[in-house]
Amino acid sequence: MASITSQAGFNETPLVTKARQGDLAAFTQLVEKYEGKIFRLARHITNSQEDAEDVLQETFLKAYEHLGEFQGNSKFYTWIVRIAVNESLMKLRKRKSDRSVSLDEQIDTGEDVIAREIAVWEDNPEDQYSQSELREILDEAVKSLPPIFRSVFVLRDIEELSSEETAEILNLTVPAVKSRLLRARLKLREKLTRYFKRKGDDIFDYL
Amino acid sequence: MITCKRFLEELGAFLDEQTAPELRKELENHLSECPNCWVVTDTTKKTIKVYKGMDPYPISGELHNKLLLALTRVSRREKPEVPTDSVSTEAEA
Repeated sequence: MASITSQAGFNETPLVTKARQGDLAAFTQLVEKYEGKIFRLARHITNSQEDAEDVLQETFLKAYEHLGEFQGNSKFYTWIVRIAVNESLMKLRKRKSDRSVSLDEQIDTGEDVIAREIAVWEDNPEDQYSQSELREILDEAVKSLPPIFRSVFVLRDIEELSSEETAEILNLTVPAVKSRLLRARLKLREKLTRYFKRKGDDIFDYL
Repeated sequence: MITCKRFLEELGAFLDEQTAPELRKELENHLSECPNCWVVTDTTKKTIKVYKGMDPYPISGELHNKLLLALTRVSRREKPEVPTDSVSTEAEA
C-alpha cells in the first residue's frame, strides 16, 4: 500500500495498516480524525441530526468490519466518505416523504444556467452573524437543494474532494459532477443573497 | 465575444481555474466589462468561501463514546448495537 498523506500532512497509512491487523486503538485514532467531517457530511445530506448520528456509527462500524476489503488504491478518507454517502442516501430513500430520492433520478441538469438575483455582498459577509446564526443560515440553504446537488456540493466544496473522487463516489460522470456543482453553487448564492447583500444595495432583474 | 450566458456556463471551470488560458483571458475580459457577471462571480466565490470556512459539526461526548463502545463490541466479535434498518451492502464496493 502506497503511503498516502492527506488532510494537511496527516499520514493515515500506518494507522490503516495497524487497524487492518485488528488494532482497535489505531482505528480509534482514525475515527477521532474523521468523525467530525463524516458527521457534517451526513448531517448535510440527510438534514437530520438523528439520521446523521446513525450514519456516523454505521459508517465506522462497516469500515472496521470491512477493512480487509480496503485496497489502499484511494485514500482511507475517500473510502469512508463513500460508505457514509451510501448510508446517508439510504436514509433519505427510506423516508416516506423522500421516496423518489435517487442518484439516477432525472433532474434539471442545468443546461440553461441563469442568475436571477444580482446584489453586491459585504466583503466578509459571514462576519455579520454569530457562528450559530451563520450555521443555521448555511444549513437552511443547503437543505433547500435537491439531494443530488446537495451531495455534489458537500463533497466538492465542503469536504474538498476532487471532481473525479466525487464522480466515483456518487457514480456520476465528471461532467455531470461539474454541471451539478455549478447549479448548486448558483442556487446557494441566490439563497444567501438576502442575508449577505450589502446594506442599501438594490436587487435588480438580470437576464 | 463572450455573452453572459456563455460566461455563466463556464463559471464553474473558471472558479476552479480549469479553463484553458485563451478562454480564461476572454472570460476575464468579459468580467471587466460586465458588472452583473462580476457580481455573480464575486458572490459565488464568497458562497464557496463561507462554506469552506465552516467548522465541522461538534460531536457530543456521548455520541463519540457510543461509537467507541460499538466498535469495541465489534472488535470482540460481539453483536454491535446497529440500528435495525441498517441493511446496506452498497458501501462495501
